[in-house]
Amino acid sequence: MDTFIQQMINGLSLGSIYALIALGYTMVYGIIKLINFAHGDIYMVGAFVGYTMINSFGMGFFPALVTAMALSALLGVLIERIAYKPLRNATRIAVLITAIGVSYLLQNGMLYFYGAGVRAFPQVLENKLYSVGGIKVSQIQLMIFGTTFILMILLQFIVQKTKMGKAMRAVSTDASAAQLMGINVDNTISFTFFLGSSLAGAAGVLVGLYYNTIDPMMGVAPGLKAFVAAVLGGIGIIPGAMIGGLTIGIIETMVSAYGNSMIRDAVVYGILILILIIRPAGILGKHVKEKV
Amino acid sequence: MLEVKDLSVHYGVIEAIRNVSFEVNEGEIVSLIGANGAGKSTILKAISGLHQPSNGEIVYEGTAITKETPKKIVEKGISQVPEGRHIFSGMTVMENLEMGAFLRKDKAEVQNDLNNIFARFPILKERMKQDAATLSGGEQQMVAMGRALMSRPRLLLLDEPSMGLAPILIKEIFHIIEEINQTGTTVLLIEQNAKMALKIANRGYVLETGNVVQTGTGKELLESDVIQKAYLGG
Repeated sequence: MDTFIQQMINGLSLGSIYALIALGYTMVYGIIKLINFAHGDIYMVGAFVGYTMINSFGMGFFPALVTAMALSALLGVLIERIAYKPLRNATRIAVLITAIGVSYLLQNGMLYFYGAGVRAFPQVLENKLYSVGGIKVSQIQLMIFGTTFILMILLQFIVQKTKMGKAMRAVSTDASAAQLMGINVDNTISFTFFLGSSLAGAAGVLVGLYYNTIDPMMGVAPGLKAFVAAVLGGIGIIPGAMIGGLTIGIIETMVSAYGNSMIRDAVVYGILILILIIRPAGILGKHVKEKV
Repeated sequence: MLEVKDLSVHYGVIEAIRNVSFEVNEGEIVSLIGANGAGKSTILKAISGLHQPSNGEIVYEGTAITKETPKKIVEKGISQVPEGRHIFSGMTVMENLEMGAFLRKDKAEVQNDLNNIFARFPILKERMKQDAATLSGGEQQMVAMGRALMSRPRLLLLDEPSMGLAPILIKEIFHIIEEINQTGTTVLLIEQNAKMALKIANRGYVLETGNVVQTGTGKELLESDVIQKAYLGG
């Protein structure tokens, strides 16, 4: 039982990170129906920004986190404006291929600037272990829970209560009706990329701390898994991304702990196949009938 | 108040409307009637700035708004209730109405207008916390109209407000349109339900395959042979 609870905590830490990345996927999909395959690489850039801020500018955890979020957000907006906006009326597949192109650009750009080697992420947090009745929780894990929790509350507040958040929801359900309200659709889309990318940037810094290492290809696998998480929860649905992320994190950890860690990725991708067969709309997704 | 001159709109190579001209005077209800595919909705979309016309001009209160953004056009006081209602599903009735006031900053006045809308549509007040998508067709039409009124338009564009509604509701909706007009809002109405639309209209225009083929007062058109034959089955 102790091992189970221990693994649960580990799974929730990993799942929180997937959830943060999955939120960006799902929000962007919700508003422009694009699977932004460059999203995992924004998370990678976020980790490198955090790394640079701590190493070269001597920042602490929180300033580095906020800077990484801000720069990732700007990067996301920039990518949207330069690469996706000109394709607003193009076919969806054209935008999707562009997203894959942007993903390669970010990976190779970072390879060029930082080299292919794995770098050690500076440990700005003292790695204390708290032990309660045999269950161990590290300070970093607590930081992951706390940061994720606060960011999700903040996100829910922005999306549900603020004017921009409501505009986001309006544009994602009906862009032309939103225009009739006087909502600027382009700005709203940029705002969505801003929010989603900032969460990915935060996830990057948290992972750097958790796993101690970063490299330019680190965004690929978590990016894909977060995508699976978003689909599992119901793509386009914000609470779905949270649930999906946590679920994938827990499953992955449990498979490693009780099964075979060699097959944990296969299990995660297997879930994608299963969900697409059994319930393509995802856990929280509703089967929407289109009225003609 | 609104003058549409020689308006043409293309979808790709297909011409949706050709050289359409009409005008709406302050305080009027003007109905554009015509069958499906006559290009009625295209005209309203062009006025609201959702479609760029390929030719012609739209003049509102003396200034051309042909190339303005939808946002600018709402700011100038033109608001549209689109065909099929297009309410925001997943958002509450209240939030839908709030979106109508998106560009307004006068909070007290917005609250005041909200109360007026609840007074006009009491059912919406009862359902204000409900997901707008769960409402009946008639109630959704009221949300769409209330939402458009929340921008405090001086010119209200209505696209097929009777579509898919039961006859008794159609009557109610048209009665409400008349009431809105009496409070000083000019109305441009598009309808397939020619009889109802012409009954409440000061003037009307008949559109066929992208052209205006007849015009007159609502009464004149109701009694004319063309209309009797084509739209009223008599």
